[in-house]
Amino acid sequence: MDLSLIIMQLFSGIALGAVLVITALGLTIVFGMLGVVNFAHGALFMIGAYAGLYLASLTGSFWWGLLLAPVLVGAFGMLIEFVLVRRLYGRSIDDPLLLTFGLSYILVEGVRIVFGSDGIPFPTPSQLIGVVDLGVGFFPKYRLFVIALVAVVLLVLWLMLEKTRVGLIVRAGARDPQIMRVLGVDIGKVWLAIFGLGVGLAALGGVLAGPMRSVNPEMGTLVLAEAFVVTVIGGLGSIVGAVVAGLMVGICISMVALFAPEMATIVMFALMAAVLLVRPQGLFGLKGRA
Amino acid sequence: MPVYETKSYETKSRPAGLSRRTAVMGLSAGIAALAMPRLGRAADDTIRIGFPTPLTGPFAAEARDQVKCAELAVKLVNDKGGIAGRKVELLVRDDKLNAGEAATRTLELIEKDKVHAVVGALSSAVQLAVNEVTRARGVIYVSISQSDTINEAKDFSKYTFHEALNPHMTTAAVARQTIKKGMKVAHLVADYAYGHEMLRGFKRAQAAIGAESVGEILHPFGAADYSTFMPRLMSLRPDVLCISNFGRDQANAIKQAVDFGIKQQMKIVVPVILHNQRLAVGPDVFEGVVGGANYYWGLESQNKTAAEFNKAFRAANGGAIPTDYGAYGYSGVGSLLQAMQAAGGTDTDKVVAALEGLQYDLTKGPQHYRKCDHQSVQSVLVLESKKKSAMANENDLFAIVANDPGADEMLRSCSELGHAT
Repeated sequence: MDLSLIIMQLFSGIALGAVLVITALGLTIVFGMLGVVNFAHGALFMIGAYAGLYLASLTGSFWWGLLLAPVLVGAFGMLIEFVLVRRLYGRSIDDPLLLTFGLSYILVEGVRIVFGSDGIPFPTPSQLIGVVDLGVGFFPKYRLFVIALVAVVLLVLWLMLEKTRVGLIVRAGARDPQIMRVLGVDIGKVWLAIFGLGVGLAALGGVLAGPMRSVNPEMGTLVLAEAFVVTVIGGLGSIVGAVVAGLMVGICISMVALFAPEMATIVMFALMAAVLLVRPQGLFGLKGRA
Repeated sequence: MPVYETKSYETKSRPAGLSRRTAVMGLSAGIAALAMPRLGRAADDTIRIGFPTPLTGPFAAEARDQVKCAELAVKLVNDKGGIAGRKVELLVRDDKLNAGEAATRTLELIEKDKVHAVVGALSSAVQLAVNEVTRARGVIYVSISQSDTINEAKDFSKYTFHEALNPHMTTAAVARQTIKKGMKVAHLVADYAYGHEMLRGFKRAQAAIGAESVGEILHPFGAADYSTFMPRLMSLRPDVLCISNFGRDQANAIKQAVDFGIKQQMKIVVPVILHNQRLAVGPDVFEGVVGGANYYWGLESQNKTAAEFNKAFRAANGGAIPTDYGAYGYSGVGSLLQAMQAAGGTDTDKVVAALEGLQYDLTKGPQHYRKCDHQSVQSVLVLESKKKSAMANENDLFAIVANDPGADEMLRSCSELGHAT
């Protein structure tokens, strides 16, 4: 086994991890701030891919699809929060879970009715077709772009949460919404925005995955499971946890694929089990939460 | 952990939640009842054919075509007055691509719906589960999905018929067109019955040709990402890469292989090239990929039966064309109905005898079920995906590289399968 192959494998793992991070991020933010386990996350990922594809073909440019789909689907997410999820705050955690679970079925079935149950081609943007020579092997340009974009999104998110006044309110709201209300902050608006952000991130993941996988109504099912595994490993509600766990899972899958390829899917669940045995709250989770 | 919390909440008494939950359950039961209406049995003498197929899941596109074609076969017979004056009814059930689900649905079809025969399934593992149920109850089963083992003595019964191609004959035909003596071949294989059987077929074919296997990578069934297998496949430096998987796995694996520039280094070959998956990822990705097929609509230019089948399908489906796995639905149900016609009814032993003696030509030329193992002897197509500029219209997906006429020599011998000869 030569070194260049292992380096290539490491790279594939990071690229895979980048997609996992972006999908887990929305899930963990919504849980961390709102205490809502969004089971429709995978379906909204799928909606994002379809929206991106539709907008890209409408405008003739992948880039408009990439920009507009997360915004529009995020707005749709806010509508979901405003009309449905909002009514269930303060109840047990399984109420919004059931609601979003049902919603995911409706969304998948809706897409089947509108776009059909067959896969639809989502062409890679022409600027990103082809491979780059990394010195140790060739790697698709598009996947490099995904790594870079996810890094930028993470940076923006971090700056927003840590360095702005809005971020301060959001973080405080996650700790103690009651006090925030007393201090005169309309926490309902904050939650609306956070839910929209979470859904928008799911949609962004969907658009990014489009040119790598076939776009079909069931594409979110597996993604939901993966996002949950990453979120649980990282610690429910922890953004840093989602990033670290996403990359960890990606690299683990990739390394296992090299030595025992048929175990490539199982390994992520094994990793989750191992982490939970040692740290039941996940790597970066807070004790007593979740 | 949310899981534990969820449980603890359920023990709390919350009347509102409880009643809502009950309402939801009642509602979903109501919807389920609406979705699966128990059709009133118009007359007791209706001939009922059970048709389990994975309407949901990664093979849904292929399954839907199977249903359309099976319905067409039934309609054409009913239009001509049915069988011995009896109407034929197709009872379609979703097996969810799950062996347990398929066995349950099949059992229901036999015990509750009193079907006279079963046709269907779209996975090598699921068809074996259906076959377990049907052979134990002495019901005829015509399988329309690829499998080698279903014909072997261990799984075979006199009620078991296999209308689909099998991996042995498919891979041999594909290998003949793509693999030359001295070539290096790598395999990316779905880790379940279908992949294993195709791999076995390819290895046998390449050994006969004199090609060398440089690596075999098994991937988990239903994987969405194949990027982690690509560096290793490229480092093996093969001349040919055989990707033995099915449905969306095929589309995703080929798409990602092309992203990694694999086509510049080696030829991509698949045992079965799928019409719907080619549509799902587009011509540029599939360009130059070679694979086997039981049917391709373009056969109509050289085959009269294909032209007639296409015409009937177009008329029934608003001008659409039938696809590969769809054609199995048509010939599987069609051959069974022809045998029932010949037997004058549904008496199982008589229909079995009629199927064994049947010479049928429904989609692409003469076919018959071999007596010892009930495998349908039929032609095998080898197709190459066309590049976009070479397509005459949007349905012009493939060029026909070879059309090997059906012959008993294509199959493994009866004695090799463990049947008394």
